[in-house]
Amino acid sequence: MSELNMKERQAGDVTVLDMDGKITIGEGSVALRSAVRRLVKEDKKKVLLNLAGVSYIDSSGIGELVSSYTAIEGKGGGQLKLLNLTQKLQDLLTITKLLTVFDVYENEADALNGFK
Amino acid sequence: MPSRIESVEEAATVAEKLAQRSGLNPEAAYGVDMAIREAVGNAVVHGNKRNESKTVTIVMISSPGALEIEVSDQGSGFDPASVPDPTEGDNVLKTSGRGIFFMRTFMDEVNWFPNAGGGTTVRMNKHS
Repeated sequence: MSELNMKERQAGDVTVLDMDGKITIGEGSVALRSAVRRLVKEDKKKVLLNLAGVSYIDSSGIGELVSSYTAIEGKGGGQLKLLNLTQKLQDLLTITKLLTVFDVYENEADALNGFK
Repeated sequence: MPSRIESVEEAATVAEKLAQRSGLNPEAAYGVDMAIREAVGNAVVHGNKRNESKTVTIVMISSPGALEIEVSDQGSGFDPASVPDPTEGDNVLKTSGRGIFFMRTFMDEVNWFPNAGGGTTVRMNKHS
């Protein structure tokens, strides 16, 4: 079984990735990187990462979130938002000062409304 | 342990058991888990450059209320002072460079030493 499982769905023009597992050095980080690269290639410009099922993340996983952010937001009009962070992930983003970089939501309706 | 990513999970599994044996509280045990994953990941990727002919040596000493961990690589050496603060300025948006920061954040004490025969050892302590 993969370290990180992802299910993709559309909510209007927003692509939602429901993630379940760990985003850590190796398989988990690679899976996220591959998924985001594919979305960029498919010209998906509004992406919501639902992290409710992500039980664990390390520095490599944090790096992949940053990489995802720059890949999506670096496109003209691209927007990446995060949904349903665990308390531990929120703490990690706080100490790394990334919580002010990412647009973070606690419920999906608010997150979807947050896309322009 | 061999210089491959799978060693990270194996080391973390042993550390979890020893953290329990030491009686570390859940928050301290989480810190140990974070730190050993970063230390072994660094040894495999940055120290030994994923060269499987090189090994990562891990020593864990469990005592009541405390756990000491040493992770040694066979790399070309490492100066922790050369690693920029990932929370400063433009570094915040870098895609790497947070492992050392996490180790220092989650452990009570972290020190690096050059090995006599080459490579680097990081020694970390956590108390409950």
